[in-house]
Amino acid sequence: MAEIRRYLSHYPADRQKSAILPILHIAQAEFGGWVSPEVMDKVAEILNIQPIEVYEVATFYTMFNLKPVGKHVLEVCRTGPCMLRGSDQLIEHLENRLGCKVGETSADGNFTLKTVECLASCGTGPMLQVREQFYENLDAASADQMLEDLKALTVRKPWEENY
Amino acid sequence: MGRKLLTEHINVEGIHTFDVYRKHGGYASVEKALKTMSPEEVVEEVKASGLRGRGGAGFPTGMKWSFLAKPEGKPRYLVCNADESEPGTFKDRYLMEKLPHLLIEGMITSSYALGARTSYIYIRGELLYVLRILEKAIAEAYANGFLGENILGSGYSLDLHVHPGGGAYICGEETALLESLEGKRGNPRNKPPFPAVWGLYGCPTVVNNVESIATVPWIITNTAAEYAKFGIGRSAGTKLISAGGNINKPGVYEIELGVPVEEFIYSDEYCGGIWKGRDMKAVIAGGSSVPILPKELILKTAAGEDRLMTYESLSDGGFATGTMLGSGGFFVMDDQTCIVRHTWTLARFYHHESCGQCSPCREGTGWMEKVLHRIEHGHGHMHDIDLLVSVAKQIEGNTICPLGDAAAWPVAAAVRHFREEFEWHVKHPQAATAPGAVFNKAESVLA
Ligand SMILES: Cc1cc2nc3c(=O)[nH]c(=O)nc-3n(C[C@H](O)[C@H](O)[C@H](O)COP(=O)(O)O)c2cc1C
Ligand code: SF4
Ligand code: FES
Repeated sequence: MAEIRRYLSHYPADRQKSAILPILHIAQAEFGGWVSPEVMDKVAEILNIQPIEVYEVATFYTMFNLKPVGKHVLEVCRTGPCMLRGSDQLIEHLENRLGCKVGETSADGNFTLKTVECLASCGTGPMLQVREQFYENLDAASADQMLEDLKALTVRKPWEENY
Repeated sequence: MGRKLLTEHINVEGIHTFDVYRKHGGYASVEKALKTMSPEEVVEEVKASGLRGRGGAGFPTGMKWSFLAKPEGKPRYLVCNADESEPGTFKDRYLMEKLPHLLIEGMITSSYALGARTSYIYIRGELLYVLRILEKAIAEAYANGFLGENILGSGYSLDLHVHPGGGAYICGEETALLESLEGKRGNPRNKPPFPAVWGLYGCPTVVNNVESIATVPWIITNTAAEYAKFGIGRSAGTKLISAGGNINKPGVYEIELGVPVEEFIYSDEYCGGIWKGRDMKAVIAGGSSVPILPKELILKTAAGEDRLMTYESLSDGGFATGTMLGSGGFFVMDDQTCIVRHTWTLARFYHHESCGQCSPCREGTGWMEKVLHRIEHGHGHMHDIDLLVSVAKQIEGNTICPLGDAAAWPVAAAVRHFREEFEWHVKHPQAATAPGAVFNKAESVLA
């Protein structure tokens, strides 16, 4: 809540709705990588607005997962500049390794595979994002290593100690 | 080696910290402006420098500032556009990650010029790790008296906050960005009224790109006259170029405007030539929204002159034979690139990112994506190629915001310069959809 209050203090008293995106990010990180209807209702309560206003916003922006996801969400950039550097091959490799298609979660529940548009990392493509971390210049070997590391990783939130 | 104005110290150990940044001359522009210049003098200095907006449109920054309305009793805002989502562009991320204090210094000096007491940096939500770097640097600036009440005893006070987006390219468009900052969906507003009159919370607002704001400190510290010595004519100063695609040395390069394109691509100081010893097929020079040009036309204008990295030279020939400097997202395609597939990914991008408010954009981007998908996957017809051109034409100029144009131009240009590659896909679907197949001019003549 301290993190939420910090953001609320950034906006004029009569413009607290401005904090909706920062709060949704905090909520998604706090509640397992997605925002449920209950979480959105809670956000509405904090901001003193109608729940529908939160749904409207959460559905417009692509970063908010509205369904449960695996432990890690792999967001692979698929746009032209990354395609030139091998994103098609990276996506295919990950599908094979995880045994699931884009949009699905691996059977062990560890990974949800998503494709996203340009992540401002085109010089170091192919690349993907997991939470706040970028994994760049990936090839088959470094992607496999990344999967192993992620499996073993304890997920921490940025506002926790030892992040 | 060209002179670096923004990134001179970018590789200095610890330059992201206040102390090291300060030791290398950082925050000098804040001291100079707040202690010795009036806000109007700062605006005039930026005007005289010839700095043009680095976000894509190239509008003169000082002139934009002088349009800001100043009604009594209303706050004014400066909002930094750090949404950086134009495919091919990654310079702002690099700058903010490595030199967070440069942007903060620019925000303070610029906010002083505009009379803003609260300013925001709107950063795309995917860059939350950069938001944390900026927030740490902002805390240092507060602790050292460069933000907050009565900065350096000047009587000027400023609060600066970083605001994350939520994943939407359209929020880079300035009015969509303001809607988003107000906590709403990122639907662009009808203009007028322009943000200079009706911006954030209905108050006069200036929206500027990260690189534009990061250039202000150098201009104020070293004077406009010194800045204007760099570059050529109306392309003053330096520009950060995000170099990507099939080159040996991708990365962000600060160039003096006026470097020949050929030198930029082939010299070891910059891109270092085409990777894997291949030949170059095409270049998109200013982010995914600008027209693609084939090798011949990116290196030389239609009149046979060397193409230079300037606003004017890159747009020489209009859209028939030229392109735009745009955001400086410069990506190179080698001779193994399938232009149809690449264009399809861009069309898919624009369809995905259309906010859906205007039907020409919403329907047109969907249509272009579908037709390109069809051609790329071997189900296209000859008339599909003309259909692409006509859909692009129907979008262009008929929408609330420029995303419609940005979606239409890349498709129209790809067909304009690479029509035979599209025709080959239609005529030889089997060959064209074979794994790794690429159009080859010489072979297609035989076919
Ligand atoms: C669809 C669309 C996306 C845009 N994305 C960005 C962006 O990511 N960053 C940016 O600085 N400007 C972007 N712009 C341009 C902004 O609307 C605005 O012109 C710019 O931020 C002004 O800053 P400048 O004058 O310093 O260049 C975009 C425009 C459009 C139409
Ligand atoms: S042109 Fe497209 S993105 Fe822009 S307002 Fe219209 S529908 Fe939205
Ligand atoms: S295209 Fe993948 S990061 Fe830009």
